[in-house]
Amino acid sequence: METEEVIENIAKKFISDTVAFDLVKSRRGIITIRHTALTAIAEYLYRSEGYRFIIASALHTRRGFEIYYHFSMDTSGLILSLHVILDKEKPRIESLSNMFSASNWIEREMHELFGIDFLNHPNQEKLISDGNWAEGVYPYRKEFK
Amino acid sequence: MSKKTLIPIGPYHPLQEEPELFKLFCDGEIVRDIKWETGYNHRSIEKLSESKTYDQVFFLVERICGICSTSHPFAFANAVEEIAGIEITDRAKYIRSIIGELERLHSHLLWVGLAGHFLGYNTVFMWAWKYREPVLDLFEMITGNRNSYAMFKVGGVRRDIENSKIPVIRKVLSDARKKIDLLAGAVMDDPVIHARTKGVGVLTRQDIIDYAAVGPTARASGVAIDIRKDDPYAAYPLVNWKVITAEGGDVFAKAEVRLLEMYESISIIEQCLDGLEKVREGDITIKVNEIPEGIGAGRAEAPRGEVFHFVVSDGSNSPARHKIRAPSYVNIATFKKSCIGQTIADATISLAAVDPCYCCTERMAAAYDVSSGKRLLNANDLIGLSLKRTEEIRKSGAGHE
Repeated sequence: METEEVIENIAKKFISDTVAFDLVKSRRGIITIRHTALTAIAEYLYRSEGYRFIIASALHTRRGFEIYYHFSMDTSGLILSLHVILDKEKPRIESLSNMFSASNWIEREMHELFGIDFLNHPNQEKLISDGNWAEGVYPYRKEFK
Repeated sequence: MSKKTLIPIGPYHPLQEEPELFKLFCDGEIVRDIKWETGYNHRSIEKLSESKTYDQVFFLVERICGICSTSHPFAFANAVEEIAGIEITDRAKYIRSIIGELERLHSHLLWVGLAGHFLGYNTVFMWAWKYREPVLDLFEMITGNRNSYAMFKVGGVRRDIENSKIPVIRKVLSDARKKIDLLAGAVMDDPVIHARTKGVGVLTRQDIIDYAAVGPTARASGVAIDIRKDDPYAAYPLVNWKVITAEGGDVFAKAEVRLLEMYESISIIEQCLDGLEKVREGDITIKVNEIPEGIGAGRAEAPRGEVFHFVVSDGSNSPARHKIRAPSYVNIATFKKSCIGQTIADATISLAAVDPCYCCTERMAAAYDVSSGKRLLNANDLIGLSLKRTEEIRKSGAGHE
């Protein structure tokens, strides 16, 4: 199946939760979704379609906190990124770690560096700087004027 | 419930070349739970990257790992070239793949040696590292460095491999093949190694999928994922080779995959050398004016698995966000599955079986005059030479691309 088709199918299936979709180039796609729908769409990708979770990248921008969840389809080389935009003040989103263990560490890391809360995470302890960094100070946050 | 004994491995331990702390909770000899503490090496490279220009980031990411030091620039180049829509020349593609595969060769030899060392089988360690040495010498000849080769840039590579050097490379490769035959034969047939590694640290296919493990760790459990085939880049689609897999999922299967992959690497390099002879010398880079605004995801198959670089560009001369995922990040996490229920002695080799990243870039050679026995150069001479060279470069205006 062509990349374009795959992305359109997913966007259609979750039409009420899809905000925008974008084909970066062949084999790369980004779907911006409502953050409440993350678990449902990730479950569909992981369980029904056989996608592999690569990693998640958090960003702090003027819009708030953004996370790209990158999934890989290893038979076609497609990287599909689910993009969510979270609240500026209290960023929080449902954890994926109850579905697969691969997201356990990166969610802990994002919590530690950006201060994003992952709801229902099995163990949201610090990953990198346990005991060596002040509480409530998030090094990867930016200051916007 | 019985009382558990805590056995710490680390943060500084002779078996680990890098600091990290494994806390093994044991019931007698059996490991019942493991906790992992890290962060001793955190250098905040992702944040640093936001303050460097695209040209400088290559040198930064090269220093993430001393062994697979080219796989990070590889993935970063793929990501940035995706944003800018750049297609590099065929010669640059071949050179990139040659460097990538030579690196896999020396990295796998290093792992085989270390695995022998962990098992208390130091002969394997000495053999493997002896056979690795000519590969590093080859790197020195091609790139000027044994590690951290500084070969990659946006739009191509920094140095050409002259066609006159190709016969030397071929000679080293054919010698390496014979030595790997010897090593592979010794490792695969040794009853002690069989006894120590078969059925030890088993990861099932489901474990691999759950932890999203990559590289030889995944391939040894029958999950045939390899970025070079799945999401082809550089010269990999231009040459013939196959993905090596094994079914066992244990430490032995991981060793088998790595040993057989070395043959594939040699074959890929030989085909790339054939390719180099067919294209024009010196055609290694294309001009890149600016990196436009956009998002790029680049990946490369490092010796340990998939390296993933995610770059957000805002149109300025440095990345707005740069996320890096090294293969060990997902592979190390599998220790929960591979080590629990094993004995302490088997836990160490199971931890080492995913080939967590070590650094081995230190080297010093002292030169003596044969007749007088005096040192030809001392530390002050070396500093003097270094200052002189810097001055020369400054005068010639090089290094300001």
